[in-house]
Amino acid sequence: MSGWPLLSIVTFLPLVGALFIFLLGRAEGEAGDRNARWVALWTTLVTFVFAVLVLLQFDPANADFQMVEELPWLGGGISYKMGVDGISVLFVVLTAFLMPAAILCSWTSIETRVKHYMIAFLVLETLMIGVFCALDLVVFYVFFEGGLIPMFIIIGVWGGKRRVYATYKFFLYTLLGSVLMLIALLYMWGAAGTTDIVKLMAYDFAPEAQTWLWLAFFASFAVKMPMWPVHTWLPDAHVEAPTAGSVILAGILLKMGGYGFLRFSLPMFPEASEMFAPLVFALSIVAIVYTSLVALAQEDIKKLIAYSSVAHMGFVTMGIFTLNRQGIDGAIFQMVSHGFVSGALFLSVGVIYDRMHTREIAAYGGLVNRMPLYAFAFLVFTMANVGLPGTSGFVGEFLTMAGAFQANTWVAIGAATGVILSAAYALYLYRRVVFGALVKPELKDIQDLNLREIVTIAPLIVATVFFGVYPKPILDISGPAVQHMIDAIDPPVTVSPVPVSEKTAAPAGEHEPAAEGHDAPAEGTH
Amino acid sequence: MLSAIVFLPLLGAIVAGFFGRLIGARMAEIVTTALLGAAAALSWVAFIQIGLDHGEPQTVQVLDWIVSGAFKTGWTLRFDTLTVVMLVVVNTVSSLVHLYSIGYMAEDPHRQRFFAYLSLFTFAMLMLVTADNFLQLFFGWEGVGLASYLLIGFWYQKPSANAAAMKAFVVNRVGDFGFALGIVGIFAVFGTISFDEVFAASPDMAGRTFEFAGAQFDVMTTLTFLLFIGAMGKSAQFLLHTWLPDAMEGPTPVSALIHAATMVTAGVFLVCRCSPMFEYAPDTLAFVTVIGAITAFFAASVGLFQNDIKRVIAYSTCSQLGYMFFAAGVSAYQAAMFHLFTHAFFKALLFLGAGSVIHAMHHEQDMRKMGGIYKLIPFTYAMMTIGTIALIGFGIPGIGGFAGFYSKDAILESAFAAGTGVGSFAFVAGIAAALMTSFYSWRLAFMTFHGAPKWKHDEHAHAHGHDDHAHAHDDHAHDDHGHHGAHTPHESPLVMTIPLAILAVGAIAAGFLFYPYFIGDGEEAFWREAILVLPNHHALHARHDVPEWVLWAPLTVTVIGFLIAAYYFLWRPQRAAEIASHEGLLYNFLKNKWYFDEIYDFLFVRPAMWIGRKLWKLGDGWLIDGFGPDGVASRVKDIAGRAGRLQSGYIFHYAFAMLIGVAALLTWLMFWGAPK
Repeated sequence: MSGWPLLSIVTFLPLVGALFIFLLGRAEGEAGDRNARWVALWTTLVTFVFAVLVLLQFDPANADFQMVEELPWLGGGISYKMGVDGISVLFVVLTAFLMPAAILCSWTSIETRVKHYMIAFLVLETLMIGVFCALDLVVFYVFFEGGLIPMFIIIGVWGGKRRVYATYKFFLYTLLGSVLMLIALLYMWGAAGTTDIVKLMAYDFAPEAQTWLWLAFFASFAVKMPMWPVHTWLPDAHVEAPTAGSVILAGILLKMGGYGFLRFSLPMFPEASEMFAPLVFALSIVAIVYTSLVALAQEDIKKLIAYSSVAHMGFVTMGIFTLNRQGIDGAIFQMVSHGFVSGALFLSVGVIYDRMHTREIAAYGGLVNRMPLYAFAFLVFTMANVGLPGTSGFVGEFLTMAGAFQANTWVAIGAATGVILSAAYALYLYRRVVFGALVKPELKDIQDLNLREIVTIAPLIVATVFFGVYPKPILDISGPAVQHMIDAIDPPVTVSPVPVSEKTAAPAGEHEPAAEGHDAPAEGTH
Repeated sequence: MLSAIVFLPLLGAIVAGFFGRLIGARMAEIVTTALLGAAAALSWVAFIQIGLDHGEPQTVQVLDWIVSGAFKTGWTLRFDTLTVVMLVVVNTVSSLVHLYSIGYMAEDPHRQRFFAYLSLFTFAMLMLVTADNFLQLFFGWEGVGLASYLLIGFWYQKPSANAAAMKAFVVNRVGDFGFALGIVGIFAVFGTISFDEVFAASPDMAGRTFEFAGAQFDVMTTLTFLLFIGAMGKSAQFLLHTWLPDAMEGPTPVSALIHAATMVTAGVFLVCRCSPMFEYAPDTLAFVTVIGAITAFFAASVGLFQNDIKRVIAYSTCSQLGYMFFAAGVSAYQAAMFHLFTHAFFKALLFLGAGSVIHAMHHEQDMRKMGGIYKLIPFTYAMMTIGTIALIGFGIPGIGGFAGFYSKDAILESAFAAGTGVGSFAFVAGIAAALMTSFYSWRLAFMTFHGAPKWKHDEHAHAHGHDDHAHAHDDHAHDDHGHHGAHTPHESPLVMTIPLAILAVGAIAAGFLFYPYFIGDGEEAFWREAILVLPNHHALHARHDVPEWVLWAPLTVTVIGFLIAAYYFLWRPQRAAEIASHEGLLYNFLKNKWYFDEIYDFLFVRPAMWIGRKLWKLGDGWLIDGFGPDGVASRVKDIAGRAGRLQSGYIFHYAFAMLIGVAALLTWLMFWGAPK
């Protein structure tokens, strides 16, 4: 099996499924739709199996890129190159893990153009997995930008009433970012003579150039995250997208920004990254506080969750730019965890939307009376969103805060306010939707989760709790790659444990590689 | 065996929670109660082995948890004296509350869920007290918060219960803001969050400073201060106390277990557990003393004029927690833990007794509608009286008394003996609080059991009148005793009275039985390394040298409080009613809880919502979108004109445009090749 180009298989398998649906698609009407659904489901399941195989093949102790495939492609230093390290392999698996849920939750709610819908999703899966496997800048760019097209289509065709506006906004923001990134990409190619990501990581860009390149990439990734203040496309996109669209948008597409920072900004432009870290911190903290407060005021369930996503992504960007082990480990964990938690939250909204066709919080209330299973599932995800220890949401949030405290105590304090605000908006939502007496006549006959919904949601509950109690499998995979990246950053950008005055030998032990230039200025007070 | 103490309740929670429907309510009750009983029995064994017989402290490794570079945390259970004391408290009260609930909740349709929550709570609390590092403690800390949230909101049809549940969680989160920062700060400074390693390094860190929030601060003071903010939230101390009285919306057994005997004492436990850190932070200790003293005084004063029987006891709890904190603040951690221990018995007794009264009165909680029922429920009356005497700390110096006497007087004497300004302040506040404690306790007893009956035989339970939230009580269907034929108060069933009797034994005897171990001669052999007190912090031992009048002061004020209460509520009840109806300034101020809820609503809740709305509409809507995409969009629309009608085709145009772009790029690369 090791001889197989596993990564290419995982990447292009969904495309094969899409092609199959396309060719098979002679049968119109109900039968054709049913075929399309089943083919899509099986394709995503098989893809997931292959993704698990990739994971089994993967050697966590090895910090290098693995399962590397390379074929000559366009010449001039551009080749088709795939490979994964401890960071990207997690996202490959995450994508493959979420896709079956996305297909399943569309099973009955999508009634028009089912075939095209399934094709769009399978194409999207190929492009998303490709982003995480690509080891060539041009290959990456094609996947990265290409992934937006099916998403535009999904929102634009199967979306809600204001879908055109939402798509437009989405497009406008991402266009801005991608144009700048394209220019940067061309420059890098010109300067280094290659688009091989591994080689580019080793290449020393001049500090002046780093600044501009960093900013160009930042424009693209910040939009994708999204970071404040370029986040306003997200609530609209979520609100208009069909449930599966939201699941994938929140679960995977948002992670591409964070992944981009880790793959490009940090290793290729380390000095600029260090220079701009305060900017990122500031934007992250604003995002956490600002969007949490905005979430508190929302009247639309999906918008509330969308804003909470922005706040959670604030923890990610903060963690990445602490440039220390805990911060980056935490950021990666937070992205993976948020992948299934926010995906699950949107699934949960989809469940009641399918029944009532409204996202207004005020239209619900007292669901626990008739939907105890649903109330339980929603509670688990709400608590994970709040960052309760024992759920996966806590691990990343805590580690990023631990990283931030070492980098800058102000940042940690700002982030910690998220602890309070997230509880406020999430529980306020839960209280209004789930608790209370069931008085609204429309809700009198609402049904609890059916078997398909249970099958869709149960794995996410398991993942949320399992990785909350035992996050080691994920941290073990990402850890060596993160350490490798930190070590490789040259000159070493390290953050010491918080410097403490007098008694010269810092007792903090083997914290990070020893730091310099942190002289504690003041004397003890006693 | 030791692990079983922690995990048996989890097993119970899982069985009752996930298989409750399958096995039925009765079976769920039996399983959870039996498992808790077993855990309680094992806890006493551990207590005797490790505490009384001075066995070796033990740790049990369970699993790795978060490992990230230098940051390493495992799921590790630690059993030392401090832990086993808490194990006994938690599991004893919890098992009795489980048993009691079988009777109290007999008519509730969701008993499986209730017992699952109770057991889940117990598990989380046990994880908290057995924690070997700060993060696991935080897990238990938040876990009990979750269980508390679920149990306060157990009657989810009651809007007031839902509001109270959320308030409890969010206010606790304010404390956790500090706690979480404290933990990451400890990691940043010490490079570890394991108790043993941090405590070992603490002496070395004393007196140093670090940069925090833009200024140089003392390391130990800052970190302990942050931890204490967490403790203030969980233990409902002054400023973060507002959630506790509202938490009384939950079923009464919950109030007894969580909001009296166990969870709210977690903050005290935290401070005692971290005594090796607090000892090196004298400024924080002073702060702890002041906050504790203010809380003891403040909560007692608010308790004076409450009319809801549970709220009186809730404020009493808050006040007693204040005692525990100022004891810890003057480095008398042992006394704090002793009071925690005795308080668990008599306060659980009082709450469960109150539950029995409420049960007897068909879910009436307003004391103004009770009265004269001591003949009808004599057993409950006797138990409540024992609890009251234990709470007010009745006892004669040199001879002996009920449980509260030993622990509370030790605290007051220690505060006096500390010889510091804050210690003296705490002593004065504590004596004043003792006076008020006696008054409100006897007021409760007299209003409830004595005097003329204010209830009518035909009056139905629906005539609720909670003084401060009379709304929305008609719809708590689960809470009703709709099917009762008779409306005369009745004594509770045996499953409810047995726990009362056991707790009463504790309320009487826990004081003199355990005094020698906790704070007497055997104190050092009992606690060993679990609590650290620096040699110059000698308040606990110096209390033996206080003047004679200090010993007699608590008894004196207690008797005065009794006499005042007896005068107004036994002999001259119409005078009390007159004062209440007159609604003087002080009366209103106290009855409205110093207006804290109103002030917080004005200062925090409303502004947060207002800012959120403004940021959304103005920040996102007007500013960012207006000058960003919408601005651009309107330009484009001017040109495109018919854009609105293009619908989905419109999207394909964009998609197509992007494809063209990508294709153009590739073409350019292919034909013109790489630069250089």
